[in-house]
Amino acid sequence: MSTSERTSSGGSDVLVVEDLSVVLGGRTVLDGVGFSAAAGSFTGLIGSNGTGKTTLLKTILGIVQPTSGRVLIDGGAGSRQRPLVGYVPQKIELEPDAPLRARDLIGLGLDGNRLGIPWPSANRRRLIDAMIDAVNANGFADRRVGLLSGGEQQRVMIAHALISRPRLLLLDEPLANLDITNSHEVVKLLSHIATDQNIAIVLTAHDMNPLLQAMDRIVYLAGGRAASGTTAEVVRSETLSDLYGHPVEVVHAGGRVLVVAGECADDENPPTSPPRDEPGVV
Amino acid sequence: MDGSTQALTGFLSNQPVQTALAVSAITALVSAAVGVFAVIRGQSFAGHAFSGIGAAGGSGAVLVGVQPLVGFVTINVAAAGAMEMIGLRGARGRNLATGIVLGVALGLSALFLALDTAYTSRSGTTVSILFGSLFTVQPSLLPTVAVIGVIVAGLIAALYRPLLLTSVSRDLAAVRGVPIRLVGIGYVVALALAVSLSAVTIGAILSTALLVGPAATVLHVTRRTSTALALAAVLGVAACWIGILVSYASASWSTDARGWPVSFCIVAVVFIFYLSTSYGSRLGRRPRSPHPAHDVSPRPD
Repeated sequence: MSTSERTSSGGSDVLVVEDLSVVLGGRTVLDGVGFSAAAGSFTGLIGSNGTGKTTLLKTILGIVQPTSGRVLIDGGAGSRQRPLVGYVPQKIELEPDAPLRARDLIGLGLDGNRLGIPWPSANRRRLIDAMIDAVNANGFADRRVGLLSGGEQQRVMIAHALISRPRLLLLDEPLANLDITNSHEVVKLLSHIATDQNIAIVLTAHDMNPLLQAMDRIVYLAGGRAASGTTAEVVRSETLSDLYGHPVEVVHAGGRVLVVAGECADDENPPTSPPRDEPGVV
Repeated sequence: MDGSTQALTGFLSNQPVQTALAVSAITALVSAAVGVFAVIRGQSFAGHAFSGIGAAGGSGAVLVGVQPLVGFVTINVAAAGAMEMIGLRGARGRNLATGIVLGVALGLSALFLALDTAYTSRSGTTVSILFGSLFTVQPSLLPTVAVIGVIVAGLIAALYRPLLLTSVSRDLAAVRGVPIRLVGIGYVVALALAVSLSAVTIGAILSTALLVGPAATVLHVTRRTSTALALAAVLGVAACWIGILVSYASASWSTDARGWPVSFCIVAVVFIFYLSTSYGSRLGRRPRSPHPAHDVSPRPD
């Protein structure tokens, strides 16, 4: 599961993003971003706040329309009955005491967009039980979704997204509110799902460190532009300096990778430096 | 024994009582269903707003000489449309829009109620619009009530799954192709209609009691959406019928021959139900607090 040699070239690409640019309200949010993700691969979209991660995700989901370039999912073979993309939003807006069990939410992944009241069936129940097993949610499947912890909700939402058998699973900052143990568990689960079910997993994160072991590909975003490849190719001082447009240095310290602003020869205020609130760590 | 059987026969063969039982049952059924979703969607404030807005419609209707129900329905559905148009995205915008519409409507009802008293010389209008007069509902109104009930039930049954999905996450629902705006409008219309029926049953001001009361009561009892809907419906109907019975019987022991107002009796039963389950569940929940360590972890925001 290390930074593997699995390449995303060839016919097995589930997601192809080509030269994507998005201009929102006159501001260029994404500028010529391109990468691809193969079936069974794990891709991290890494960047600090305001680098265009969320916009990239929404463009792939079809919520935001690209100004130029295109997004191709499984050759464009989607349908409403069997969505190609499973999506896990960052937050659940549900009231904590709402009467909705985890297993009910997982079931909504099958048919939550349809009209009418769902009828229980043996087949439906079997599919839901299989998903509960797949994400190790047996311990809390019958509890209220709103009362679960962040990590538990994350698992339930993953099961919800997977039950319709998508080809691509997109997750918006799945590790943002988790502690180290829960982060690790979720990353392990996602890696397993990618290989086991042969689907492409693409997630956004502001910190690459919890993902270093799992990522087959990294798409590193800065100032609306992206560098993609294996972590070995991308997380290097030369590549990232080029992306940021000013010198940065990749530092390995205590098993973690830090990106710090390098020596700037000519100015005090580099145009796109790593943000101050997370000093140096990207 | 014979005495009580006779009294019960008298109760059930009484025409106003029969109408009251039927109207309140239909109202309670749909209010409970709409109320459970109001709680899930965090939209019970909109329900409160409709109760105040309905007062303007009801009093306006009396002024122009039509059934209060017509006024309740007209103004609430119009207000639902106005709220959807003003309230853009998010709960905050929605609450502000609701507040603006509510303020205007309450001002109007103050005007209409004053005019009602002045021109129709029926001083009881204010009380009957605001606090209800279930025993004076005409049997001829029953078909209208039934039709509105069927419309609300149909809307909730049709939108059941999209409503749940949008309350979990609007983005997620959008990705799954749910027309969020349409679903929202459909629900608000159901809410407006349910509150209108409630206004006829227990009065405009009290109407949220039937909406939120049974729904809030069952939250402590069940974790399943379908069970919550069924239980809330049963509790709502039970509260109405017990309230009607108590109000009817109170005429014989109360110093005033008219007895206790039926709206008070119904709301009192709703409140007793709520107290008993919230107290009961607190007793039952204390010993096993689930996941003490996990539940303090920050929730996604």
